[in-house]
Parts: sequence; C-alpha cells; structure tokens
Amino acid sequence: MSLVIEKVEKQFADFAALKGVSLTTPDGAFLALLGPSGSGKTTLLRILGGLEHADLGHVSFAGLDWLTIPARERRAGFVFQQYALFRHMTVAKNIAFGLEVRPARQRPPRAEIRRRVEELLSLVQLEGLGSRYPSQLSGGQRQRVALARALAIEPRMLLLDEPFGALDARVRKGLRGWLRGLHTRLGLTTVFVTHDQEEALELGDLVAVMNEGRIEQIATPDVLISAPATPFVADFLADAAARMPDTNLRSLVRTRNIR
Amino acid sequence: MKRPLAPTRDHVVVRWTLTAIALGFVGLFLVLPLAVVFHDALGDGLDAALAAIREPEALAAVRLTIIAAAIAVPLNAVFGIAASWAIAKFDFRGKGFLVTLIDLPFSVSPVVSGLIYVLVFGLQGWLGPWLADHDVRIIFALPGIVLATVFVTFPFVARELIPLMTDQGRDEEEAAVSLGAGGWATFRRVTLPNIKWGLLYGVLLCNARAMGEFGAVSVVSGHIRGLTETMPLHIEALYNDYQYSAAFAVASLLALLALVTLVLKSLLEWRFADEISAAHHH
Amino acid sequence: MTDIAATLPARRWRNPSALPGFGLSLGFTLFYLTAIVLVPLAALVIRPLEIGWSGFAGILSDARVLHALKLSFGGSLVAALINGVFGLIVAWVLVRYRFPGRRIVDAVVDLPFALPTAVAGIALSALYAPRGWLGAPLMEMGIRVAYTPFGVILALTFIGLPFVVRTLQPVMLELGRDSEEAAATLGATRFQILRRVVLPSLTPALLTGTAMAFARAVGEYGSVIFIAGNLPGISEIAPLLIVIKLNENNYAAAAAIGVIMLAASFVLLLGLNLLQAWSARR
Repeated sequence: MSLVIEKVEKQFADFAALKGVSLTTPDGAFLALLGPSGSGKTTLLRILGGLEHADLGHVSFAGLDWLTIPARERRAGFVFQQYALFRHMTVAKNIAFGLEVRPARQRPPRAEIRRRVEELLSLVQLEGLGSRYPSQLSGGQRQRVALARALAIEPRMLLLDEPFGALDARVRKGLRGWLRGLHTRLGLTTVFVTHDQEEALELGDLVAVMNEGRIEQIATPDVLISAPATPFVADFLADAAARMPDTNLRSLVRTRNIR
Repeated sequence: MKRPLAPTRDHVVVRWTLTAIALGFVGLFLVLPLAVVFHDALGDGLDAALAAIREPEALAAVRLTIIAAAIAVPLNAVFGIAASWAIAKFDFRGKGFLVTLIDLPFSVSPVVSGLIYVLVFGLQGWLGPWLADHDVRIIFALPGIVLATVFVTFPFVARELIPLMTDQGRDEEEAAVSLGAGGWATFRRVTLPNIKWGLLYGVLLCNARAMGEFGAVSVVSGHIRGLTETMPLHIEALYNDYQYSAAFAVASLLALLALVTLVLKSLLEWRFADEISAAHHH
Repeated sequence: MTDIAATLPARRWRNPSALPGFGLSLGFTLFYLTAIVLVPLAALVIRPLEIGWSGFAGILSDARVLHALKLSFGGSLVAALINGVFGLIVAWVLVRYRFPGRRIVDAVVDLPFALPTAVAGIALSALYAPRGWLGAPLMEMGIRVAYTPFGVILALTFIGLPFVVRTLQPVMLELGRDSEEAAATLGATRFQILRRVVLPSLTPALLTGTAMAFARAVGEYGSVIFIAGNLPGISEIAPLLIVIKLNENNYAAAAAIGVIMLAASFVLLLGLNLLQAWSARR
C-alpha cells in the first residue's frame, strides 16, 4: 500500500508553488524531498499533512483518497521546522495532546495516556523531562519532543519539515542517525523535507529532487549520484557527490529491499 | 585626567535642562490636574465627600456605569477575539481594509460616535417611529448607552490581539489540528493560553475607556438624573450645579480607577512584555 | 479517482486553510462591524442629504459654525504642535536619561489615556479658573485662561501628549547609539549629531505622533467644554455645536457638522497611513 501522488498543483496568490507533481513511494519507505527554497517541497509536505489544499491533483495512501480527508482526521504526524511546541504546556502535556483531544469514546483512560507518554519519552531519550517546559529545553531536545508528540497519535505517515534546520551541525548529525534508526524500528512511511543534499542522501530510501514546483528526478541516492537525469540534479548534488569518495558512498547509501 | 564625554551622551547642562523641562511639562499638564481632583474632592472635608458619593443619584450613576461596562466590555472582548482569529490565522483579500475599519472609532469624535446612534434610533432617526410605536426605548435608555459605549471601545481588544496573534503565528494551531484537535479544542487549549495576558491588557484598557466615556454617552443618554446618568454625566451635572466638591468627590472615584488602570497596565507591560505585544504602539 | 477540482479555479480571494473557524469568526466580525459601525455611519452621511447642498452650504457659512470649526481645528493644530515639541523632549528624557522615579513618570504619561475626559475637564477648569492654582497667578499677569481659546488649547494639549511620546519612544529605543557613534568618529559635535543624525530619523515618528494628537484633539469634547465656557463665537468648539443642534432637534444640521468632522478625520487617517507607509520605506 504505497503513497501515490498524482499531478498535484498549487497556486498561491502571486506564484505557482507546485506545477504538477507526481510520485510513488512504497509503504514504509523514507522519502526525502530535496530542493532549494521555493522549489515547492514544503508546500507538497503541507498538502500531504492537510495544512494546505491542493488546487488540482490526487493523492492516495493506505487505500484512502487522501486529499478529501480533513487534516484533523488524517493522522499524519507533522513535525515543524520551528517545533511548534505548545509553549504553555509541559513536555508531557505536549506529547499527550493528540490523545487528550480525542472524542470521549476514542480517548484512552488517563493512566493509559500517562503510560504512553512515558513510553514515548524513553523512545526519544528524554526520560524524566516530562515536567519541563519547552523554553527550558535545548533545540535538539525540543525537536525530539515534537517527534514524540507526532508519534503519540500512532500516525499513518510521518511528515518532517526541515526538522533539523534550526539546529547546529553537530546536533544535526547526531539526530540524523537517530532518526534513521527510529525509522528502521518503526517502519512508518516518512516524508522528509530538506535543502541539505547530504542529509537527503544519507537518510532517504528514495530522494525526490525538486525545483521550481516540479520534480526533476526521483530515485535512490546512488542512482541520483551516478545517473543524474537533468543538469539541475547534477549541479545540485555536485557538492555532495564530490564530498563522498566511492567507498563512503557505498556505506552511506544503503541498499535496501524496496518492495 | 578628565575623561571626555562619550559621544552619545548629552552635556550635563543639557541633560539637566531637558529633564527639568520634561518633568515640568508633565507635572504641569498631567500631575497638577490629577492633584486638583483629589484636593477639591476634600474641599468640604472627607465626610462631605463620602456623603456626596453615597447620594442615591450618585450611586445610581455608579451602578449604571458598571452595568454599561459589564455589557460592553465582554461583547467587545468576544469581537476582538473573533476579529483577530480571522485576521491572524488566515489569508484573505481585504484584510487591510478590515483593520482600518476596526480602527475607525479612534478617529471619530466621541460626540459623533453618539450622534450616529441618535440618527438611527432617535425619535427622528431611521428607526425612531417604529421604536416609538413598539414602546422600545434605545436612545435615552440603557441600550443606547451600551451601544455608544460599545462603539467607542471595541477597537481596544482587537488592536491588542491582532498584532499579538499575528506575531505568534499559526504553527501551534496547525500542530494541534494535525494532532486531531477540533476548532474549539484548538482555541481553548492552544490559542487562549498564549493570548491571555494580551487579552487581559486589552480588556483593562477597554474597561477604563468604557467607564470613563463622556461625549458619546452624553449625546445618547438624555441626562435623566437617577436613570440615565453615568458617572461622567453625573459629574458634569454636579459641576454645572455649582456643587464643586461633590462633583470632584465622584470624579475622584474615576480618577482612582484611572490610577489603578495605570498601575495594572504598567505591571502587565513590565512582567509580560513579550506576551502582550509584538510591537507596542500606543 | 476524483479530482479536487475539475479546472483550475479563478484567483481565489482567500487561501483555504486547515485551521477551522474562518467562516464563523469572519462572519461575526463583519456582522458586528456592519451593525455597530457601518449602518450608523451611513445614517450620518445620508442625513444631511435631506437638506441638500444648499442647506449644507448654509450651515457651513453660518458664522457660529465656521468659528467653531476654526477653533476646533486651529486650536488642535496649535496644541499638537506644542505637544510635538514638548513630547519630543519628554520622550528623549524618558528614553535616554536615568533618574529616580523615571518609571513613574513614564506611567504618568499615559494618564490622559486612562483618565475620563469629564474628570480631566473639571480638573482643568478648576485649575485655570480665576481663583485656581494656576489661574490665579496667571490672572495676576493679566492672562485669562478660562472661557477663552487659550483655555481650549491648554485642554487639547493635555489629551494629546501621550500620542507624541508613545509614538516616539519605540523609535528612539530602536535607534540605538550606533549611528551617533559613527557620526562622532567622523568628527561631528554633539549638536551636529543631534541635528543631522538623530532628528531626521525621528521625524517620521514625530510627524505621525503629532498628527495623531491633532486628530484626537479635533474631536475632543469632555476635556474642553468645562474650561472653555462655550461662548459662541469665542470658545465654542464644533462637537459642542453638534450637541446643541441635536438638542434643538435639528438632526440634519448636527449630521452636517458631524460629516465635516468625519471627513476631516478620514483625510487625516489617510494622511497618517500614507505617512506611515512612507516612513516604513525609509
């Protein structure tokens, strides 16, 4: 059950963000949307999350007509670039939010919610910080809370909007590896937006290179490096490719069974 | 060795002169009038002042002022929240026009603010004959006073919340929606806690103006003693009757309210500066 | 397979959002504004139509009306200019200097915002009455304040001060010392720095604040009518004239004067917005 995006278009008042984007990703894959600013990658992500409405096009996922489902009901866990943590709630309350706002019938009992929060806190390695407030945490910690919060609702897909963009290089590298490990553990379909080539190539099973509202090429990282389809792709990945000697490339770019 | 003056500091003579001018101006124009209120209130002694306040007509005026504010302020708070929600959390054409419209009462003379309601609801107004036929009194009664008060004070909460909510952005609300929260849950749990100090601030200013409004209410009230006089109108009536110390006694109540408002306002600005404003512009 | 839209829609007036409550909040806002603001204002604009252009011109050419308008606008201009000068000094002193009680003085500047106009009105009247604290010494010097245009201007100065100070303060704070230090390293004297570097950067805010003080003063009623004495042709302000016409049941004349004041406010508002846009671009 894959994610199928067909000919999605989005026009804002003064410019066209997406000019007909199509792609297919297998279930459980880690898809990286890579491109410069203005390429439309964040718009596409927000459309998948229901935070923007597409003008034209169709998306199907988990057998559902995805775009007709309101954002509230999609269960697409969204992680924002600036974390968007609820500043007046503790870490625990933030994580529990998605469970507490469920209609009474679907809401788990309080003890269960507490247990889940603890579970998620240890998953993101923030045990004991449940009663802290976001302002008391570092950037990296905040992002992990945001991730835990998104995972609390048992999402069908995980959407990350340049989640490490506001963090310094060292923290970023650490979180990258950790996120990759998390994905392997959970097996959730994940769409990850970034403008950092290294990040996309390191994390993605599939990488879609976007430019000016269109997909230039979508392929596995090694194919993108060895066989760029357009001059833009070649140029955009040139630095990243140059920085990776062949042996590193092999180890960095995982060969996975793509079903 | 004498150190030269730092290039960004004024010469000490200049500093003293300007400070003296500034303090003199403020003292003369702002503090003295305030002092006169309290001094002349006690002109006939404290007992006379308290007696003036306890007069039935004065008490009726106090009651009416409080009731009018108690209706107008919550209404305007709801309006302010609704308007800022629409303006701050959504994109649509005509926002600028809407904001200008909301700022309108600040550019209109208080007397005109009352006049417009007389033109609609007064005896010779648009709805005048219909209202007379159905024995409904708006002008020269509480509803008219409330309307005029609502008009002059509704921008306060909105003007406070619009920049605040715009500055706070939509991320948290979008996050809430993506986590499954509905409209009211999002507003109640996410937005409201973020704007509570700004809301309080706006309500504080709104209330101060609502209780003190004179011109607009004067036009619509009919000045019926004991019935449609708010405190400012009662003060005017006493003053015109040459009952000076009584007038100042009632006025000192409003002056006290003004001082309390200023203190609370400063407190809020000092403690919650970031949560009150994106850009403070009064 | 269903498409979201069969054809690309024409340019929408809004970007649909995931956040809920747009219809409700905007709808309520528009309803409120229409009922409270637009309809009554329409009444104001339409009412004079019943006396036609000739009636309108007749009212305008009435000596008493003309004088009142001249006093309201002229007096407000003078008051605004006074506030421009002294407001600049007060703002500078509050922002740049440190002295005990500075915070209190800063809070006091907001007094005209918080104090009800009627209270200010009787206080100013008592202060400048021939036997008042300030009126007496002025009488000794042969200067009469109460019941003269001079008194009107004093009252208008009181209510306009905060506008200038509060508009200047944030700009002064943001200015920082950098440009002054740069000018100093280039050899400018303190006075030159103030004149060539600081003052020009403050000019837009100064103009804006002064214009706001002017706009507020033009419509002012409560603070003025007590000290003014309201002698027709001498110290009678336009808003009072509106009240008088209303009491005479001459709705059309009242509305006509109101429209003139409203039109002036609009022009001022427009000018202010243009001013702010211009200064934002600098």
